[in-house]
Amino acid sequence: MTTTQSQTTEVVDMITVVIDGFEVSVPKGTLVIRAAEKLGIQIPRFCDHPLLDPVGACRQCLVDIEINGRAFPKPQASCTIPVEPGMIVKTQLTSDVAEKAQRGVMELLLVNHPLDCPVCDKGGECPLQNQAMSNGQAESRFEGKKRTFEKPINLSSQVLLDRERCVLCARCTRFSEQIASDPFITLNERGALQQVGIYEEQPFESYFSGNTVQICPVGALTGASYRFRARPFDLVSTPSACEHCASGCDMRTDVRRGKTLRRLAGDDPTINEEWNCDKGRWAFKYITAIDRLAQPMVRNSDGELVVASWPEAIAAAAAGLAGAKAAVLVGGRATYEDAYGYSKFARVALGTNDIDFRARATSDEERDFLAAHVVGTTTTYKDIDKADHVLLVGFEPEEESPIVFLRLNKQVKKRKLKVTSIGTKLSIAVEKLGATFVKVAPGAESAAIASQSLTAQSLILVGERASESAGALSAVAALAAQSGAKFAWIPRRAGERGALEAGAIGNLLPGGRPVADAAARVDLASAWSVASVPANVGRSTKEIVSAINSGEVNALVVGGVDPLDLDNSSETLSALKKAFVVSLEIAPSAVTERADVVLPVAAVTEKSGSFLNWTGSARAFDAAVADSLNRSDVRILSMIADALGKTISLGTVSAAAREIASLGPWDGARAPFTATPARSAATLAADEALITSWRRLLDLGTLQKGEENLAGTARQTVAVISPKRASAIGVKTGDQVSISNAQGSVLLPVLVEDIHDDAVWAPRNSRGSELLTKLGNAHGAVVKVVKA
Amino acid sequence: MSKLTPVLSAHWDEKDSFTIDAYTRNGGYKASAKALAMDPDAVIQLVKDSGLRGRGGAGFPTGMKWGFIPQGDNKEHYLVVNADESEPGTCKDTPLLMANPHVLIEGCIIACHAIRAKHAFIYIRGEVTHVVRRLNQAIEDAYKAGHLGKGIDLVLHVGAGAYICGEETALLDSLEGFRGQPRLRPPFPAIAGLYARPTVVNNVESIASVPAIIANGADWYQKYGTEKSKGMTLYSLSGHVNNPGQFEAPLGITLREILDLAGGVRTGHKLKFWTPGGSSTPLFTDEHLDTPLDYEGVAAAGSMLGTKALQIFDETTCVVRAVLRWTEFYKHESCGKCTPCREGTWWLVQILRDLENGSGSEEDLAKLLDLCDNIMGRSFCALGDGATSPITSSIKYFRDEYIAHVTGKGCPFDPVASTLFTSAGAK
Amino acid sequence: MFSDQDLAVMDSIIKRYPRSRSAIMPLLHYAQSKAGYVTNEGIELIAKLLTIETAEVSAVATFYTQYKRKPVGEYHVGVCTNTLCAVMGGDAIFAGLKEHLGIENDGVTADGKVSLEHIECNAACDYAPVVMANWEFYDNQTVQSSKDLVDSMRQGNPTPPTRGPKSLPTWKENSAVLAGINDGRANEGVQAGEPTLLGLKLAKEGK
Repeated sequence: MTTTQSQTTEVVDMITVVIDGFEVSVPKGTLVIRAAEKLGIQIPRFCDHPLLDPVGACRQCLVDIEINGRAFPKPQASCTIPVEPGMIVKTQLTSDVAEKAQRGVMELLLVNHPLDCPVCDKGGECPLQNQAMSNGQAESRFEGKKRTFEKPINLSSQVLLDRERCVLCARCTRFSEQIASDPFITLNERGALQQVGIYEEQPFESYFSGNTVQICPVGALTGASYRFRARPFDLVSTPSACEHCASGCDMRTDVRRGKTLRRLAGDDPTINEEWNCDKGRWAFKYITAIDRLAQPMVRNSDGELVVASWPEAIAAAAAGLAGAKAAVLVGGRATYEDAYGYSKFARVALGTNDIDFRARATSDEERDFLAAHVVGTTTTYKDIDKADHVLLVGFEPEEESPIVFLRLNKQVKKRKLKVTSIGTKLSIAVEKLGATFVKVAPGAESAAIASQSLTAQSLILVGERASESAGALSAVAALAAQSGAKFAWIPRRAGERGALEAGAIGNLLPGGRPVADAAARVDLASAWSVASVPANVGRSTKEIVSAINSGEVNALVVGGVDPLDLDNSSETLSALKKAFVVSLEIAPSAVTERADVVLPVAAVTEKSGSFLNWTGSARAFDAAVADSLNRSDVRILSMIADALGKTISLGTVSAAAREIASLGPWDGARAPFTATPARSAATLAADEALITSWRRLLDLGTLQKGEENLAGTARQTVAVISPKRASAIGVKTGDQVSISNAQGSVLLPVLVEDIHDDAVWAPRNSRGSELLTKLGNAHGAVVKVVKA
Repeated sequence: MSKLTPVLSAHWDEKDSFTIDAYTRNGGYKASAKALAMDPDAVIQLVKDSGLRGRGGAGFPTGMKWGFIPQGDNKEHYLVVNADESEPGTCKDTPLLMANPHVLIEGCIIACHAIRAKHAFIYIRGEVTHVVRRLNQAIEDAYKAGHLGKGIDLVLHVGAGAYICGEETALLDSLEGFRGQPRLRPPFPAIAGLYARPTVVNNVESIASVPAIIANGADWYQKYGTEKSKGMTLYSLSGHVNNPGQFEAPLGITLREILDLAGGVRTGHKLKFWTPGGSSTPLFTDEHLDTPLDYEGVAAAGSMLGTKALQIFDETTCVVRAVLRWTEFYKHESCGKCTPCREGTWWLVQILRDLENGSGSEEDLAKLLDLCDNIMGRSFCALGDGATSPITSSIKYFRDEYIAHVTGKGCPFDPVASTLFTSAGAK
Repeated sequence: MFSDQDLAVMDSIIKRYPRSRSAIMPLLHYAQSKAGYVTNEGIELIAKLLTIETAEVSAVATFYTQYKRKPVGEYHVGVCTNTLCAVMGGDAIFAGLKEHLGIENDGVTADGKVSLEHIECNAACDYAPVVMANWEFYDNQTVQSSKDLVDSMRQGNPTPPTRGPKSLPTWKENSAVLAGINDGRANEGVQAGEPTLLGLKLAKEGK
């Protein structure tokens, strides 16, 4: 049998039009304003935005148009009219009518504009200012009294609105409705009193609110953290990659004299388009926090950490690690290159496969799933665009990978994409996506997955929390195999996918080489010019901690791990005291407090590197802060390895990147996968429930430290129970409940909502609801829920 | 023979004219029965043949509008009646509905049948409570009598004070539960109107004219009016006249003829300026007394037939004050969506206030005209265009009066002289 | 503020429409009929009933001038000051009422009985100058007649409308009518006033 691959070249109808005397051919449906851009003709505009539906409100882009000799009687808004065959367009460059119309509109826009450019944050990068210069007149004929408003007003703790500057282009309100599906800001009142605003009791608490600040064509919307901080012409901008999640946003980091003052969404049409989330935009103060580690430290004979020189500290680290039974814990926020450094350091310098990048609840099922089904695979955001059905498993897109949410939402709005979510609790995102919610008890995910029917055009997006439910990942693999559906694994942290590819896990070597595969080990050993690499599958994070406590492991290299993220945090803390610990960190933490050697490392803006997003594609970035003295982890690891006499030759980030590239992916057999059965359901007493949770986008995360305005927009911390449970324990929405187990308890206001009757949900790491530290478990364990 | 041809208004003088009994007694709901027995396309053809044109202002042929609705598209179709009568000077639909709501309901039934709609809405302005009562009761009674509810449902939707909702796409947004701001066109309502479904939006008088056309035939209707403006219509005479009121006459009648019937301009005074079809239609003066009041005649004389709202102002009226007040109206009613209308009307008011109170200058006149040029045809919808009409037309005819305000540093008119109760005794 | 019966009425209002959001305007009228104005409670309830955001409800509520976000009087008096009525006496009436009541535009008398607003053309130009009370017609007004009207309101015995029900309903009662609730008073009052009938009368006289 022969199969021919069908050609799927998209046939695009091209239309040729004449603009200002020049011919241009553009795809059918192209708006006149964009056809003009192709010729380099800039028609002034305010309300127009390529990613928002045309509105034609500001009327700044008026041009003269005729079609096959028939002229429109009046100038037309070029942002609302698609090209047509036989169309002749005259812009302000060749039409006096268009030119006067544009000048007229510009004058009207400025009539009520305060012209406070010298004190306005937008001054210097303001489309109104720029276009008033290019398409307006120097003198206003307006002699009256300008409209005034109280200024500025808070739309949220983070976003402020100066209504006097607003030109009512409605970009912000359209973004909120069309892109984020958070219509918390709207146009209010009417006519000359029309103004953007919120409902007084409901602030603009959208995870995407910062985009409105970025697309505001005037200085009406500003972010509290950047207000009055800088003039745009004093900033040095560097393209960067977001370190906050695995969505993979393109970003721009603006720095003045070594200090990061602002971060903006970059434009990557294949990934984040022109958007990002508020965490990516505003959570960067941890980098400039005053408590950043500046000097290496070594614990002295009195047990005190004291400042040491770099050579002293490196020597101390090497001395402690030499001959030890050592393991490596690297957090999910390492760059691809740093993760590769840890991976190679473990194998070459420490001679062990005991390394794990998963600083969170994990399972062996997940480890094997990643090796068998994820490493080396690629997906794209286009797969969402093309899917006939997207199934979400253990994944809350808006909380855990916000740009994935935006892409799903776009497809839902554009073509009514069918989305199904298997979860324990209905979420805001699931409601906004109009998704089918398959409600399960915590731990019962696998049966629900198995009952789904998908097609070969479907896509399963499985989150890292699937590892918390035994059998769920096995059921995903089986469903995909049986239906032909594609699936992708979406970790929450930006570095996890890169760390997986770098082999920072016990069962995989770099490039997806299975540890258990002798040929793969030989391949790697020869590439690294070492005799061999360890052959045993290494321990997981949890096993490493246990091994320290049982004495099987006695030294630990830790990079960027918060023990409080682990579901055995108390065990971990005691392990950190037992072992010889080398900590590579940017700021004091529970690890540095207990470490024997503390080595300060560069934060993401201070180094180059790359992150692999959930689709497996890389975004490389240069240091935004050019003159930082802080070094990347990989450089420091290389120095320790040298001191150990077991060189890894990764003196720079670019050396690591080159080595990764030359090593290439493993082309041999993938590791096998054995399905894990689901656990049987627990029997619950009347006051017992199974805890379930996820991390909210805005919570107590380490990288959100120091940004109170952002924290102010976080969602309210509540415990969610079903109506049945609420009546059983006699509470209603707003009452307090206590969730407890043998380890501890949390006290939270309750929200009665759509959740499985056997479950209680609370945010995993929000103020008052620090489940991992208080309860030691955040998914599937039995807890007691009573009225408090 | 009378120049007047009461058809819509034929039974308004019966005390119970608004009840279903009176309407049925006078032959009501026979036309709908007849239409329902006809092929829908034949109904559209009949309305096309009659020459009926939209009575809301634009004068678009009603039958042609119905014919634009795609057939066999397996989508819901909607009829929406525009009863948001708010154009200054316009006061025809309101008394019509107060006196005879059933004629509109019957028209709706016929129109729904023709365009294959199962659902009709009447969007009525919210400031006319008693008309709302009458229409609501009439709809209830029509359901009880079985005229509605058997394949055609009719919902009365009450507005809440926004002139812009008379613009058909703003009306649709309002009816869908949004702020009443105009939509981009295309798509036009005939393709994607209410709930993005094919929709016909017609004025009250247009739909209310249909039962008589069905009952009497296209030829009967064609006998009235002028070559391109067929049939009879309601002319609403108001202002400085001895006897204001509603005059149903064939299209093409002149103001002189109507004034004759109404006992002329206020005794002792003479005509100064008037609107042929509401404040958005450029002003006329006594030069235009013999202009035929049909779509073509008024357009040829430089204005628009509009809603046939004949507002008469005599020589006691200050045109600057009149125009300022209209401009304040447009400023108040601008929806705010587009820059020229929102900011332009706001600025126009400031300049006109200065001119009216004598603090303006002659240059302000040039500025006013240039501003109007920057608003007219630059706005999103016709509201902005309409706002410029009284200004440009008044400067055209009464430039000297504007200048007199400047040179005299104030208004030369006594506002008391123009009130109706100067002689009747203002206290 | 909203009883189970109110919720049932609001549900029936929503059911009038093929899509629930269309009910927002009658629901706002209805909320106004309960409190006399659109309260936060009303906005929040409507948002919940229509499953939309509160901001979307307040965006609509603030667009339309008939929705009040603060209390008005039991009798809300609107004086048409659009050009034709203004010229023919509306301005004098409005000035007279402001002085007589001691309140400004959008003001409410201290006893809560009467509020005052200048309004736009109310489609009764052949009855100019026109005053509306709770959106009922008071035709052919003079300064004195309008003062008498507000006095009658403050005395609790308002003059009946010219073309409307036999007696003047309260603001709240009429807000319910605007929400589409039938108060059974459609048959009260005249079918038309004299100007409305003028053309017909002349035609019958053969003129």
